[in-house]
Amino acid sequence: MTTRDESRQAVASPAATELVVGSSLWQDAWKRLRKNHVAVASGWVLVFLAAACIIGPSMVAATWGYDYETQDLAYGPRPPSWEHPFGTDFFGRDLLTRVLYGCRVSLSVGFLAAILAATIGTVYGAVSSYAGGMIDSVMMRVVDILYALPYMFLVIILVTIAGKSLLLVFTALGAVGWLLTARVVRGQVMSLKSQDFILAAQSLGTRPGGIVFRHLIPNALGPVIVTFTLTVPAMILQEAFLSFLGLGVQAPRPSLGALINDGAHQMLVFWWTLLFPGGVMALMLMALNFLGDGVRDALDPRMNH
Amino acid sequence: MRGYILRRLLELVPTMMVIVVASFALVRLAPGSPFASEKQISPQVRAALEAKYGFDKPLAEQFVRYLGRIMQGDLGPSTKYPQRSVNEIIADGFPVTLTLGAVALVWALLIGITAGIIGAVRQNTVWDHAAMAAALIGISIPSFVLGPVLVLVVSLRWHLLPPAGWGDWRHVILPGLTLGTIYAASIARLTRGGMLEVVRSDFIRTARAKGLPERLVIWRHMLKGGLLPVVSYLGPAIASILTGSIVVEKIFNIPGIGPYFVDAAFNRDYFLVMGIVLIDAALLLVMNLVVDVVYTLLDPRIEYS
Repeated sequence: MTTRDESRQAVASPAATELVVGSSLWQDAWKRLRKNHVAVASGWVLVFLAAACIIGPSMVAATWGYDYETQDLAYGPRPPSWEHPFGTDFFGRDLLTRVLYGCRVSLSVGFLAAILAATIGTVYGAVSSYAGGMIDSVMMRVVDILYALPYMFLVIILVTIAGKSLLLVFTALGAVGWLLTARVVRGQVMSLKSQDFILAAQSLGTRPGGIVFRHLIPNALGPVIVTFTLTVPAMILQEAFLSFLGLGVQAPRPSLGALINDGAHQMLVFWWTLLFPGGVMALMLMALNFLGDGVRDALDPRMNH
Repeated sequence: MRGYILRRLLELVPTMMVIVVASFALVRLAPGSPFASEKQISPQVRAALEAKYGFDKPLAEQFVRYLGRIMQGDLGPSTKYPQRSVNEIIADGFPVTLTLGAVALVWALLIGITAGIIGAVRQNTVWDHAAMAAALIGISIPSFVLGPVLVLVVSLRWHLLPPAGWGDWRHVILPGLTLGTIYAASIARLTRGGMLEVVRSDFIRTARAKGLPERLVIWRHMLKGGLLPVVSYLGPAIASILTGSIVVEKIFNIPGIGPYFVDAAFNRDYFLVMGIVLIDAALLLVMNLVVDVVYTLLDPRIEYS
């Protein structure tokens, strides 16, 4: 994660003042995280879900010989059985495969959009704060304005306009989801930029770009990661929200939001079509939230009361 | 204080202007036309339709006209619903959406703050852990899963409340719960965190030292600290409730403004899309202003300048 050089700087940062000498901020946080049983369990749940949705569909295909769009109209919707552990949907398609495929969409969109948002937000916040003065106030005013907007409306307009592709969904979500990160990073950099190691870098003649990317951003990474853990479930939720409205991934390709929408329409008769996609979605978000909570406690011991 | 509010109100004008320009550009520069999805229409009819709505004029001229129109409070005609104006559609749907949002917010605040107080006052007891686990689970259950499940159990199995529709108070309970729960969970965490932040401050110790009953220490002093993060969360929460209500209105078949928005974006109903975005943005900007004012009232340390 960090070079030795960076961890030495991390020790100089305020977030690290309470550390025992000799262990870096990251090692310490990792130790704390591993002691948090709920977070560790959540981590394993996520690893399991990720593995299942990466190799699961092809394993099902190898065992039973169908994929997410293989229809069997004569078979129709049936409750869970050995051949179809999650049951089948209205068209006789295997729900397990479709849920796994939907998970794949959710996790990849969630992480990619969150990475995009974190990158934009970090650079924006760091540049704004380091530049200071007029540039800073204009840049932050923009964030304030965007923060006040119902930005999902923007995403909906974008998605309906430019055609419904997965790439677009995650770009749109990432492009509007960076505001929180920008604010957090700005706050961090504000307190960092007057410290001695920045002064040292400046007097050595490091250019502003170098200071921002080499010195400021690495030291603001802790809060960025904490915000990132909050952003991933938020992005997954928003992708599902779009799919639920029919704006995300397009049929016959499944996504959890679209599956839940289908299930909600037939839940009285075909309860499994709501239970499994909804349950997996909730499990995934829960694991992400509990893990994120653990990461936050681990990286920010002052929050530990 | 009056000067501060006045200045903030004046600031709304350029912000609103930016929003008008940006949303106009986004909606109008996009490919597609309001008449593209209609059944085959002859070029003459199409030209006549475009002339009727003024879409044949240069964009700049259309923008100036639109601006003049909205200055007079006229949001224009709807191309999808030719017999109704955008003003009428919003006048019908917006109060419904607002009622639903208000119920959700009140529910979120009641449950969230109560759970947060319990968590903070009984810190590290079973009560605290239960409240915070419930909150994390609440954050993880998306409205489009919670809504159908509530309908299934409360309406279809127990026959306690109507499953859908809009009319009297019984129709608002389930949608309000569905929309509000996720915010209740966030508010619980924020309240607890905020209260624990001030629990060791001098003014709490002073309050206890002068013999104030614990009940008053909690209600008068600690809660004020606990509410600060909640109040600053309200701005984004209200924005998110407005978008979230799109899904909830769809689930419960509520005649609010949400479904119109998705529909209008799909059909390139330019004036309707713009109308809804502008009304929502205006509402949010005003709510953000209210939130900021409440914040300064709650925290005497903040100076409004």
